[in-house]
Amino acid sequence: MSRVSSAASGSVGLIWRVVPPGVFGLGRGRRMIERNMRVVRRMWWIPVSGMAEPVFYLLSIGIGIGKLVGGIPGPNGTVVPYAAYVAPALLAASAMNGAVYESTFNVYFKLKYARIYDAVLATPMQAVDVARGEIATALTRGSLYAAVFVIMMAGLGDIHSTWAILALPAAVLIGFAFSAVGMAATTYMRGWTDFDLVQLVLLPMFLFSTTFYPLSTYPRWLQIVVECTPLYHGVSLTRSLTLGWVGWTDLVHVAYLVVMGAIGVAVAGRRIRVLLLS
Amino acid sequence: MPPALRATGYFALAYRRTWRGSLVSTFVSPTLYLLAMGVGLGSFVNKGAHTATLGGVSYLQFVAPGLAAAAAALTAASESTFPVMGALKWTRTYFGMLATPLRVGDVLAGHLIWIATRVTMAVGAYLIVMAAFGTTQSIETLAVLPAGVLVGMAFATPLAAFAATQENDSAFSLIFRLGMIPLFLFSGVFFPISQLPLGLRVVAYITPLWHGVDLCRGLTLGTLTAAALVGHAAYLAALAAAGYLVATRTFATRLRT
Repeated sequence: MSRVSSAASGSVGLIWRVVPPGVFGLGRGRRMIERNMRVVRRMWWIPVSGMAEPVFYLLSIGIGIGKLVGGIPGPNGTVVPYAAYVAPALLAASAMNGAVYESTFNVYFKLKYARIYDAVLATPMQAVDVARGEIATALTRGSLYAAVFVIMMAGLGDIHSTWAILALPAAVLIGFAFSAVGMAATTYMRGWTDFDLVQLVLLPMFLFSTTFYPLSTYPRWLQIVVECTPLYHGVSLTRSLTLGWVGWTDLVHVAYLVVMGAIGVAVAGRRIRVLLLS
Repeated sequence: MPPALRATGYFALAYRRTWRGSLVSTFVSPTLYLLAMGVGLGSFVNKGAHTATLGGVSYLQFVAPGLAAAAAALTAASESTFPVMGALKWTRTYFGMLATPLRVGDVLAGHLIWIATRVTMAVGAYLIVMAAFGTTQSIETLAVLPAGVLVGMAFATPLAAFAATQENDSAFSLIFRLGMIPLFLFSGVFFPISQLPLGLRVVAYITPLWHGVDLCRGLTLGTLTAAALVGHAAYLAALAAAGYLVATRTFATRLRT
């Protein structure tokens, strides 16, 4: 909540001015990223501690719960160590959490309290630039977290396939889908108490989207419910990549997340225009 | 009515307007955690070869009291950081209270009593959910309620003392990410700390959450020795008392200006 805008200028901002327009397809959205980068320079410890958090989870599961569980049988009958089974799911879940917190709590604070978007729209920037810029910021941060996470996984021996190279873009895709929908949801929020609903959606997804144990644990009707949730598709995608369980169904997972993100961007852009310019 | 309770009354009145939102974190998350970890993950742990290290109980029985202790600590931590900062800087409620006959000590004690109430609600919710899952064998399990409040206070008083020295909330996210989350993951909630390497195990023995987890687990499973009970309770009470003494000073310094 303490994201005050700072007047600090410097090299980070300069990069975004020098890079030719259109390279990222963001147009004026790049100015929004520039603004966010300048703010984070004053609070560098927030992203740094954010990188540490999933690492604690990896270590705890490796040392502790992994030893208690032993192994989980894969689709081709081979048993994988529990830590290697859970790690890609935590990658997907942390991509989701990071994207949702950034696009709900932070965006809401900027929208209602800091009034940053009102100021932004007083410039030649348009509502869609704000939406694109904010989602791109969330993606940049998410990519950074995911890269650290994948490197840690490799260090702990949790990666079993060269497909794992694609786990990073997969995590970014998950982050994109969730931050787009999160931002669209934020524009409907009436007050802080509505954010408990965010928690109500995130926690069951985190716990039940095959994050900690396979889909076969559930009765069939519950399996169908789980298969409809977005995090299930994210977890299945990252897991198949790091464990080498790649198949055509991965394209379904990718398509689900792409469509979800596209809908989110469209709704968020339209809603911000309604909220701020009417 | 003692003056401190009038301050508590303010927080209770404010909560009556917003309690619906906290139902999710208070009741829904214990149910979901026990289902996912205790039942779902537990089905794999119980099939594994390591149930002896759990003391021969099912994983659900092992993890439930640990989660209750962790819920006490996490509730206390979130109630004693942001709300204290809010009452100092955002809504300035403390200053409103001091404009009445209430004194600084009343304000601090009143807020801490309210935090203890919220911790009681969180631990009580866990006990209700645990009973529904059939993991509460004896009437002694009810002792987890005061034990949980003690755990909560061991976190609440030092954190409130710290929160009163802060100018903004940016340190709080560090406390949660680098303090509460590692404690949650490595204090024996999900696995016995005998599995930790020696260095980390020594750290776990020093941290308050391990004492809370061991205390609540021992009370639930009926395995607590008298020495362990006294040791854990004395450690947590000493921490809560020390935090309270520091808090009286930081509150006095902050609110006198």
